[in-house]
This record gives sequence, structure tokens and C-alpha cells, in this order.
Amino acid sequence: MTVSHELDARFREAAADQGLLDVAYDLVDTPLGTLLVAGSRAGLCRISYDPEPEREVERLARVLGTRILRSPKPVDEVRRQLDQYFDRQRHEFDVDVDLRLTADFSRRVLEELSKVPYGETTTYGELAARSARPRAARAVGTVMNRNPIPIVLPCHRVVGANGSLTGYGGGIERKEALLMLEGALL
Amino acid sequence: MEVVVPPFESFYEEHKDAVFAFLRRRLGRTSAEDAFQDTFLRALRAYDRLEHGRHLRAWIFTIAARVAIDSSRRRPSDTLSLGDEGSVEDSRPAYAELEHLADELPPTERAAVVLRYGYDLEYEEIGTALGSSADAARQAASSGIRRLRRKEGPS
Repeated sequence: MTVSHELDARFREAAADQGLLDVAYDLVDTPLGTLLVAGSRAGLCRISYDPEPEREVERLARVLGTRILRSPKPVDEVRRQLDQYFDRQRHEFDVDVDLRLTADFSRRVLEELSKVPYGETTTYGELAARSARPRAARAVGTVMNRNPIPIVLPCHRVVGANGSLTGYGGGIERKEALLMLEGALL
Repeated sequence: MEVVVPPFESFYEEHKDAVFAFLRRRLGRTSAEDAFQDTFLRALRAYDRLEHGRHLRAWIFTIAARVAIDSSRRRPSDTLSLGDEGSVEDSRPAYAELEHLADELPPTERAAVVLRYGYDLEYEEIGTALGSSADAARQAASSGIRRLRRKEGPS
């Protein structure tokens, strides 16, 4: 005897409504594939390109708490903004972010990253300089690669000094697609 | 060996169907749906206080059994759906006292004793709860009872 879809959905919604979750997540379909989007009480904490959620869920549980559940409603606002972004109706995301998955130095870099505007690019070296670590271009590359909230924290806008795309946590073709969407690449 | 507490999502997915089937047998469909939600919300409230991930099936069945009792107390007419199995008395405070008494038993025996004598589950159901068989559940319950008797001493 299996639990009906309605009953399952009712429980997942009640769990979120009653504020019992450390993390709520859902899968969100986008032109770049299905993303796992997760939020805590403090804000958006993870966007993952990994289509296999199990590993991701375990990692989130380890860092942010075991009370993690797939629950669509808390993710709806981010889902709406992502839809608008991919429809070119939105240039900036208006959500709180929770950077507890990231160490302190990286947070500083990610905060600078969040200021890089839509449709523009910067370089690893420039971003390092703005984060008060002018010689840390390579370290900044690592931070970008481990960015817990890609797209919303726009690491796709960071390129090599010679303009090459260099790399992307979600695969270089996704970086290219995002920059083309924004009109930063022709 | 320490077994880490799994993410609630995995825990819920692993046990939800068995818990619902159990509640449905006990309470009938409508009450079972409310009891199901209540069971997992209670589990979720306590989940961050779990110290390890062992015996989670027995744990969730114990919660479900308690919810089922609360639920059938609230709706006396529903006790009809308990079937011919349970000697349904109006109040069954036994489980609270028994849980306390059984606290020092090894976990499997404790769960078997509490589920059998506190909540009146059938051995088949207890076997499901413990991830073993009806026979294993019967054995665990009776060795738990023997252990309790030894502890109490002759009286």
C-alpha cells in the first residue's frame, strides 16, 4: 500500500509550513537542464547542476542539518525568478543567500562576484583584486569552481585575462549558453 | 560502529509506505491519512535530536503506533476498524510505563517488547518494523520479557 501523491505532497508542504526543515529543496527545469535548488531559513544555499540529487542532499544534510526534505513551495520564489531570467525578463536576482556552505575567504570573493552586472564579464585577476587579494587569481578560480549557488552568484561572468572561457563547474557549454543568453557573447 | 543519521528525505522515502500501510490497517483510510502526517511531523520535530541512525524503522513505528492510539481514542467509533485482533480497551496507558521500564533493554528487544505489549502490534508487523521476520520479532519480545523479569527479580 503506497502513499498517494496528494498525501505525500500534503506532508511535504506541512513540514515546510511549520518551519521544521533545516533545508527544503526541489528540482527545477531550465533550458540548461534540471537543477537542484535548495534553501534554508536564511536563504538560498545551493543550486546544483548535478541531476543525481542523493549525493547533494547528503552533503547539505552534513553541513546544514539532517532535517532536509524535498518540498516545492519554499523553492517557488527562486523558481519563478530563474524562469524570468531564462526568459530574459530578469537581470538581477532578488533573494537572500545563505553562504554557510562556503569558507570565509570564499564568501568575500562571492560577495564581490555578486556585484558583477548582467551581460558583463570580469577576469579572475580583477575579481581577486576587488576581494583585496590581488595575487590570488588562481584561488579565485577555485572559489568559482566551488560556487554553491551558480547562476544567481554569476561565476559564469568570470573569464580568463585573454577572454577565454577557461572553465565552469557545470561544464563549459553551460557557461557559454549563459553568456549568450545575457548578450555578453555573440 | 557509528551509523550516521541519514537525511530526513531518505528516511521518509524509505519508511513512508510501510508506515502508511500499518496506519491504514489500524485506522481505516481517512484517519490513516491524518495519522500519517502527524507521525512524520512528530518524527521531524525530534529528528535533530537523534544520536545515531540505527533502529530508525522501529523508532518510526513506535511513533506511528502512539499516533494510532491517540487517534482511535479521539474517535471511539473508529476502533471498529481495528479488526478482531486487538482487545481494544478505552484507555491503554500501558505503553508509557512499558517504554520506561524497557529503557535498558537492547534496542531490538526493547522495540519488540514495546510494540507487542505496549502497542499491541502483531508479530508480523513488528517483524516489518524491525526489518526482520515475525519469528525473529517473537523471539526478541520473549527474550526481552525474560530479561525484564530477571531484572525485576522474583515477586
